[in-house]
Amino acid sequence: MSEKHIDELSGVETTGHSWDGIRELNNPMPRWWVWTFYACIVWALAYTVVYPSWPGLTTNVKGYFGWSSRGQLATELTEAQATKAVYLEKIAATPVADILKDEELNRFATAGGAAAFKVNCTPCHGSGAAGGNGYPNLNDDDWMWGGSIDEIYTTITHGVRYTDDAETHASEMPVFGDILSPEEVKQVAAYVYSLSGGAPSDAALVEPGKALFADNCASCHGEDAKGLKDFGAPNLTDAIWLRVDGSEAGIAGQVTKPTHGVMPAWTARLGDTTVKELAVFVHSLGGGQ
Amino acid sequence: MTTNIPSGGGSTPAGNSDQPLYEAKRRVFAKKVEGRFRNFKWLILAVTMAVYFVTPWLRWDRGEYAPNQGVLLDLASRRFYFFPIEIWPQEFYYVAGLLVMAGFGLFLITSAVGRAWCGYTCPQTVWVDLFIAVERFFQGDRNARMKLDSSPWSFDKIWRIGATHLTWLLISVATGMGWIFYFGNAPSVFVKFFTGELPFVAYGTVMVLTFTTYAFGGLMREQVCIYMCPWPRIQAAMLDEQSLVVTYNDWRGEPRTRGAKKAAAAGLPVGDCVDCNACVAVCPMGIDIREGQQLGCITCALCIDACDSVMDKIGKERGLIAYATLEEYDSNMNLATSNRTTSIQPEKVRNADGSFSDKIRHFDWRIIFRPRTLLYIGAWSAVGLAMLFLLFTRERLDVNVLHDRNPQYVMESDGSIRNGYTVRILNMMPQPRTIRLSIDGLPNAVMKINGYPENKGQVYDIPVKPDEATALKVFVTLPKADVSSQAEEMRFIVEDPENGERRVYKAVFNGPGVKK
Ligand code: SF4
Ligand code: SF4
Repeated sequence: MSEKHIDELSGVETTGHSWDGIRELNNPMPRWWVWTFYACIVWALAYTVVYPSWPGLTTNVKGYFGWSSRGQLATELTEAQATKAVYLEKIAATPVADILKDEELNRFATAGGAAAFKVNCTPCHGSGAAGGNGYPNLNDDDWMWGGSIDEIYTTITHGVRYTDDAETHASEMPVFGDILSPEEVKQVAAYVYSLSGGAPSDAALVEPGKALFADNCASCHGEDAKGLKDFGAPNLTDAIWLRVDGSEAGIAGQVTKPTHGVMPAWTARLGDTTVKELAVFVHSLGGGQ
Repeated sequence: MTTNIPSGGGSTPAGNSDQPLYEAKRRVFAKKVEGRFRNFKWLILAVTMAVYFVTPWLRWDRGEYAPNQGVLLDLASRRFYFFPIEIWPQEFYYVAGLLVMAGFGLFLITSAVGRAWCGYTCPQTVWVDLFIAVERFFQGDRNARMKLDSSPWSFDKIWRIGATHLTWLLISVATGMGWIFYFGNAPSVFVKFFTGELPFVAYGTVMVLTFTTYAFGGLMREQVCIYMCPWPRIQAAMLDEQSLVVTYNDWRGEPRTRGAKKAAAAGLPVGDCVDCNACVAVCPMGIDIREGQQLGCITCALCIDACDSVMDKIGKERGLIAYATLEEYDSNMNLATSNRTTSIQPEKVRNADGSFSDKIRHFDWRIIFRPRTLLYIGAWSAVGLAMLFLLFTRERLDVNVLHDRNPQYVMESDGSIRNGYTVRILNMMPQPRTIRLSIDGLPNAVMKINGYPENKGQVYDIPVKPDEATALKVFVTLPKADVSSQAEEMRFIVEDPENGERRVYKAVFNGPGVKK
């Protein structure tokens, strides 16, 4: 912009740029506009003084207010905790079955339980609580250790076959491979398979299998094979299989050399309040009794 | 004075090559004027102010479960009330519709009568009008104000200026407060405002609006229109040759002559403009309309009133400054200048006796109804009617269903399949109701709802709270024999047995065969 160019028509100086012969007038701004601009500069400088700004070699200028986004988060978290504390105290003081009766508390506990579930339980039970082979699905109505709110609460509190907790659900299925002959195992498996509507490979195996079941298995799984929750012995007549794929061979394998699930006792880790929330959440999934 | 069209209000000495960095504000001392447009503007000022300040105080009975304020924007519970109409956030398309109507309305008004919004109803114009009236009350009319402005500080000057600014500030605070009444129960907001119980955002809003009202209405005025507002640029682009704009009819005014009689006696051509500057003195924008259409003109028409009274006084026909379309102006101008080949010749537009020639084109109101404006009227009414139709046929009950995706289905111990849904029943009436929720399409399925006694059926009666959404965890179980490998179609139906309102939501039921 070496030369000044004056527009003939308006007598106003142009910016000196020309686009296809069109020039832009350089009309002066109003004074207040200029002052607003200066005020913004002053504001910006002041901003760097009171808020964190200039970078240094190891740290930065912290600013007069000492504000940081981390600090703000901490404040907000503290406030959130304070709001939640009211409910948490109420949950701590309420027996778990009564939480279900209080609509507001129930909603809070379900949401809290869902959050705790995501963090602590999903590795085994899955994010939708649908479980997997060996890990029970918590949505269905099949409960090995009982599906009432109190039973769920007890199970989460003390865990399953968790040696550090004296009150844990401890019972295990014996290794029947040491007790029964392979032929007998086959017979029991055929019988158990038939219980849930399956057609065994050899129908002749079912009768002796039934007798063997009455002698060896009924004490835990019940005469009718519908399971006994005191022992965590599953119902063998229903459509749900946990540790095996539900085939005859799979059943035989579990009888010969059983595998067992283990779950930690959670109260020691999460505290009673969170465990109550977890119980309420699991109970709400659809199978709760 | 040289014209400087782009900035409207400013002027720059011609040929000055040392452009100043900024332009000093030229003070505008608008003179008082009387006339039909001035009266019309007083009326509009009164009506718009009344609408703004009174509306939040109007009551409207909605029963015990909803607020009784006629117009209320309840941000906390996200409800908008407009007399009998209540709008939920998901119905915000009504607001979008209103915006579309505002758009078409603006096109319509602008193409028909130019910048009428700017000149009459824009809050900036209305409040500036009020502030000028205050200024005039304490400091007198144009000449007195100019004198006071240039006089040294004295007690008289201090109290007059002080009183002006104080009144402005009071109006500004009232304006700011007027705004927050729309967002809460006006009477209690009013009381709480003084007891300090309102949230900070309320005080902040009042502070900001007080500041902007005071600064824009009292201090910046025409600067807002010329430099800050995008509207003049947009509106200017929407004008066409048939739009009415405030026009100085130079074909009859020029050559402007101060001593008209003497000049006429001397045989010089004489136009109707006596160069009295009345039109410039009354202009709140501080411009001279005789320089032609310009961005600075908000078409407030006060110069028309000013000039008309001058014309009355000197016994000439009114309308030297008038609302005119560019088309008729051009035609008259061509007449006066023999198609722009000469300068303006007063005798070309006049008969021998001094009356105006028949060839002069006058404004014909039929020009307002031309294809363009009819199109706008059509579009505007179409949107309006569609919204009215929607409004009168809309249901005050709705249902939303969220299908559980994890797990997609659950097998129960008897082999039956269960799907989970979150069903939200929206009761948009300000009364509690009992809504019947049922499923349809799976004859053997049973429904179970968390928190409700199991009834092994397909129908539940759900008590819902007034004006709220009720979320339910619903489980639908299909017996093993009915489970197919297809995703089954089903419907959730909500009904109000009392008034027959009914909404249906199409949902899907998943089973083991369904591809994930
Ligand atoms: S020129 Fe006339 S119409 Fe335009 S702003 Fe001034 S007084 Fe109003
Ligand atoms: S008020 Fe009318 S007569 Fe007076 S200067 Fe303006 S245009 Fe001319």
